[in-house]
Amino acid sequence: MSIDLKTVKHISKLARISIDDEKANKLKGDLNNIFEFIEKLNELNTDNVQALTSIAETTLRFRKDEIKSENIREKILKNSPEENKDFFVVPKVVE
Amino acid sequence: MSDITSQSLFELTSNIKEKKLSSEEITKVFIDRAVKSKKLNVYVTDNFEKAIDQSKKFDSNPNFDLKLPGIPIAVKDLFCTNGVRTTAGSKILNNFVPTYESTVTQNLWSQGAILLGKLNCDEFAMGSSNETSFFGNVQNPVGENLVPGGSSGGSSAAVAANLTPVTIGTDTGGSIRQPASFTGTVGLKPTYGSCSRYGIVAFASSLDQAGPMTKNVRDCSMLLEVISSFDQKDSTSIDYKRNCYSKELSKDIKGKKIGIPKEYRVDNMPDEIEQLWKNGISYAKDCGAEIIDISLPHTNYALPTYYIVAPAEASSNLARYDGVKYGFRSPGQNLIEMYEKTRSEGFGDEVKRRIMIGTYVLSSGYYDAYYLKAQKVRQLIKKDFDDAFSKVDAILTPSTPSSAFKIGEKTNDPVSMYLNDIFTVPINLAGLPGISIPAGKDKNNYPLGLQVIGKPFDEQNILNISYALEDKINFKNDISDWWLSE
Repeated sequence: MSIDLKTVKHISKLARISIDDEKANKLKGDLNNIFEFIEKLNELNTDNVQALTSIAETTLRFRKDEIKSENIREKILKNSPEENKDFFVVPKVVE
Repeated sequence: MSDITSQSLFELTSNIKEKKLSSEEITKVFIDRAVKSKKLNVYVTDNFEKAIDQSKKFDSNPNFDLKLPGIPIAVKDLFCTNGVRTTAGSKILNNFVPTYESTVTQNLWSQGAILLGKLNCDEFAMGSSNETSFFGNVQNPVGENLVPGGSSGGSSAAVAANLTPVTIGTDTGGSIRQPASFTGTVGLKPTYGSCSRYGIVAFASSLDQAGPMTKNVRDCSMLLEVISSFDQKDSTSIDYKRNCYSKELSKDIKGKKIGIPKEYRVDNMPDEIEQLWKNGISYAKDCGAEIIDISLPHTNYALPTYYIVAPAEASSNLARYDGVKYGFRSPGQNLIEMYEKTRSEGFGDEVKRRIMIGTYVLSSGYYDAYYLKAQKVRQLIKKDFDDAFSKVDAILTPSTPSSAFKIGEKTNDPVSMYLNDIFTVPINLAGLPGISIPAGKDKNNYPLGLQVIGKPFDEQNILNISYALEDKINFKNDISDWWLSE
């Protein structure tokens, strides 16, 4: 199967990365080459194979549900591109 | 005493402990050399001023019981360092100054090490040549206009060029072992769960591991001993008793069973690499190891599997870069436009390519055909290794299918770039430890590496085998310092 320009634009929308037509065409070529290479997996019958979900066979640990009161507001806001006192600022969302 | 910057970590720590050298002396010499080595472009951000202050502080009240007493170390710019800019080689993190420290780097500082600076790497560790970095490509000290490998290219170049005694990199599909092979240095990717991923900029979370990059195997064992630890802050960190790798290091590998997988004889592999492998096998025999032919039948499917799993995880991990809470922001008329412009301008081409692949394979209607399929094949690849390790103690292969290539040679062909990792990727997919050691040179005098792969948590064994082989191989890098300026 091959990926067409419409699909490339759709993926870019899903990935929230705007691309112009020139870039989209270039990406179309790259993605088709890569997927041609990936299609090799279809040679294998995997009907009776359990998918691997975790490489380290461990169960997730529990921890105590404790409040760790630490005032880190300043730390969290330190790298924000735009801030207004105690908040992150974004373009208006609600009309 | 030999030139300070060419000394191994072992020599430097001994000299500090015996008070033959001070931390300040060592730190200043490495900084001097870095200033004359700008042409290599290994540093994204330096920490030189603070490093000198810290070395003075160490000397005024030295603690010689530490494992890295006053040793200056530069690290890959993928580790978050508290108060020191961390970019992951990306424009989108160009102005990011973490307010916390990664566990692995904290382990270095807790043992007395001093941060020299942050080393260049492929953007978000996605690349095999260090050419995808927003901060430009890195020169391989082995020869002008050669790539140092990637993604830990600044790290491998810095060790080979004597700009840091040792360093740490990260390895998702070969990003420690391939650059080590390209620069004639040693690089180890530990078992998944051995080193904490807390505070490392995430690429593909089920594959990422931090590991040591050094001049020799002994240094590698010393550094692994420091960085490997159980950490509550990483849910996949594994709580097990770690060896004292440097104390237990031994060249005695008599009776060890070493497997040679026939599937690693790939088409068009240069004769030099075939020969290198044969030499490695005969050295292992000389050391008393038993050589056993094995089969890893799904080897050819590892790269296609990787190029589904890794981009899928990357597309999820990199969703956080939206210009809202940190990093680069490009303004937009509305929120969606801001996201789209920020990510379009903030990410480079290779990162966008991988996000797009990942988004596609996870998207509605394609999940079963790609992602689920890949996770099933990953199970088969892991089973290949499980079966092999019921017969052998370790596996010996070449590290890479070629030596270092020229800058720009593969940038227009993503698939040919991806093929660089053909021998390293399966090890990440199976979560195993693997080490690359310099083992010879090709006709151009460029280094070539051999890889030793071990059972989970059996780092000691692959270190010991490498230590024995290193002794037989007796590799010399003879780098000419061609890049130095006055």
